[in-house]
Amino acid sequence: MELTRRDALAALAGAGILAGGGAAALARDGFRDEGEPSADGESERPESERPESDRVVDALVATAHAVYPSAVENVGSFVETYAATKLDNRPDFRIGATETLDALDAEARITFDARFGELESAAGETVLRRVGAETAEPDPGGTTAEKVRYYYVNEVLFALYTSPTGGELVGIENPQGHPGGTDSYQRGPDR
Amino acid sequence: MSTGGSGSGSGTATPDRTPSRKVDVCVVGAGPAGALAANRLADRGHEVVVLEAGPRFDRSERRERMERAIRPAHGTHSVWGMGGERDAYTSSGEWFYPLNITRVKGVGGSTLHWQGMVMRLHESDFERHTRDGVGADWPIDYADLRPYYAEAERALGVAGASDNPFAPPRETPHPMPAFPPSYSDSIFAGACEEAGIAMHSVPNARNSEARDGRSECVGFGTCQPVCPSGAKYSADYTVEAAESKGVRVLDHVPVQRLEATDGGDRVGAAVYATPGGEEHRQEARQFVLAAGGVETPRLLLLSRSTDHPEGLANSSGAVGRYFMEHLFAGTGGRLDRPTRQNHVGFITSESHQFYDNDFEGVSPIKLEFLNYAGPSPVEQALTADEWGDDLLDSLRDSYGRHLAMGGLVGQLPRADNRITLDPSTTDDHGNPVPDVQWSLDDRTRRSLARANDLQARVFDELDADVEWTVGPDNTGPAYHHMGTTRMGDDSDESVVDPRLRTHDVANLTVASSSVFVTSGAMNPTLTIAALALKAANHVDDDL
Repeated sequence: MELTRRDALAALAGAGILAGGGAAALARDGFRDEGEPSADGESERPESERPESDRVVDALVATAHAVYPSAVENVGSFVETYAATKLDNRPDFRIGATETLDALDAEARITFDARFGELESAAGETVLRRVGAETAEPDPGGTTAEKVRYYYVNEVLFALYTSPTGGELVGIENPQGHPGGTDSYQRGPDR
Repeated sequence: MSTGGSGSGSGTATPDRTPSRKVDVCVVGAGPAGALAANRLADRGHEVVVLEAGPRFDRSERRERMERAIRPAHGTHSVWGMGGERDAYTSSGEWFYPLNITRVKGVGGSTLHWQGMVMRLHESDFERHTRDGVGADWPIDYADLRPYYAEAERALGVAGASDNPFAPPRETPHPMPAFPPSYSDSIFAGACEEAGIAMHSVPNARNSEARDGRSECVGFGTCQPVCPSGAKYSADYTVEAAESKGVRVLDHVPVQRLEATDGGDRVGAAVYATPGGEEHRQEARQFVLAAGGVETPRLLLLSRSTDHPEGLANSSGAVGRYFMEHLFAGTGGRLDRPTRQNHVGFITSESHQFYDNDFEGVSPIKLEFLNYAGPSPVEQALTADEWGDDLLDSLRDSYGRHLAMGGLVGQLPRADNRITLDPSTTDDHGNPVPDVQWSLDDRTRRSLARANDLQARVFDELDADVEWTVGPDNTGPAYHHMGTTRMGDDSDESVVDPRLRTHDVANLTVASSSVFVTSGAMNPTLTIAALALKAANHVDDDL
């Protein structure tokens, strides 16, 4: 099942980031066509010049590859679109996620000699388990495990399961947090 | 606009919170009762000041509040900032009472987090003692309140239909069409027919179409505790209307006490604190106390003086007594087929068939058919100990086959269920906190058991696997505070008269569910609204 720009917009709207601004209000559009220049050209910069927020986006994408079900496609585009815009609009989130990234990167370097954001899904999952995020309570002011759970694992799960496509994966086309109207609650499963 | 201070209480770095001069009416509390009373009095040309203990919430932040409500890290209290020293309380009764999840302090009051269900009380609720030999009778009847109910439905914006054969008589249709029944209602319908239980629509204070500059419902599914779209009525909209007519609303100004004057016959001023640590006196010709069923009696008790040694307007000793709640009865389980839950956060069908029942020793029962049975997938995902395909499998297994019924029964008024002051604990201003002394009686337990029996009949017909029941032994409150400044003709047994004015103090009116004499089993806010409009009319008459 393909995640779309509409899903990213819906997840951002549900979080109060976008309220009718649409794609024009995105900090970055991960669904832009291949070859089409990005709005700011950041992805073209050398690694050493990329802003810290890009590393956070990479890490959130890696988290999503690790914790999303295999049935979803376009994970990178979806999370990039969602996360870049959220980081731009929520300073508290940006600060907390950036601070927490150090712990994820440290664990990734120990085990895989790479930044967390560079890991494939299986390796990313290993790191997330090693820091204890799978069973930790989410807490933005808690332990490393609790902060990883809050800023990374739950962040991308919230984005997925409040989006229309994420809801449909489970069987609900208007999931909680998504303004999907008042028709769907009246419909039966076969309509 | 009244002379004197002109700040609205927010929107600037240093809002003006000094008192106004030449004020006709000072209203304490900016929840639905205070907002409606202030708005009505402004319509009648009076100078009105509203003093609100809590903040003015920025409406543009509602989606962030919704995210906090959905994500498990933040906790229920954080959505509207409840808790802490400001809201300290104790609960020394037989049953613990979770006060701070039952209310919101701020402009809009508890309608910010309410469900938005708005039913009229039945005729029988006003005559409980005459009809059943229990409780008490109100000094007014349904006919007295009926025109105010209609006004309240227009003021809140109620979506409803006239398909409820058990409802009391009404004069006009609801302002908006009812929300259509849900798919899961249709599953219940067949079983209810077999069980001999009639279903009908539910009046909702929620826009089924755009109205009053507010959106129609768009289905965020988080009605309780926050509606990001504004489709659900909350009293901040009425406050906004009142302010446009010149009403001055100060936020962050908890009233510390009411000062009696004229030998105790009148209130001279409301003394309030500001965030800067100052105390001010707001004088007015009339005072309307609209601070809910807990803070209203607490403020009267805090306002004791030489002339009122047991608390202001408390010569009867009834202030704080007869605290009542509605209790929840519920049954839930699973079917072998999809039930389509959690698309919206409100209900669309109920049964009031057993409200005016003839069961032996049982109070009114209201039955509800829920549209949000079982876990919400996103909330389950955020608390799961797994992820990836395992998580998705669990979500699919958990979602979509649940069904649940709820129900409310009401407590009778009992003097020993009460709000008192606890001098051993103080709030952020050094005032004794409210102590909730609350217990359940046998009649309430019987009523809950009977509600469970009715629910079991339906689930039997559904051939569902019942997974949980909430009844007499594990029930909880519906967050409706009633009865603590009861209305009556006899000044020895009640606090306010049928005009909602205190027996003891000539210029002090109470607009709140605290004046309820019996609780019924209907969600109380429409009756609160109707009483607030009635109270405002009487205050207008007195000015």
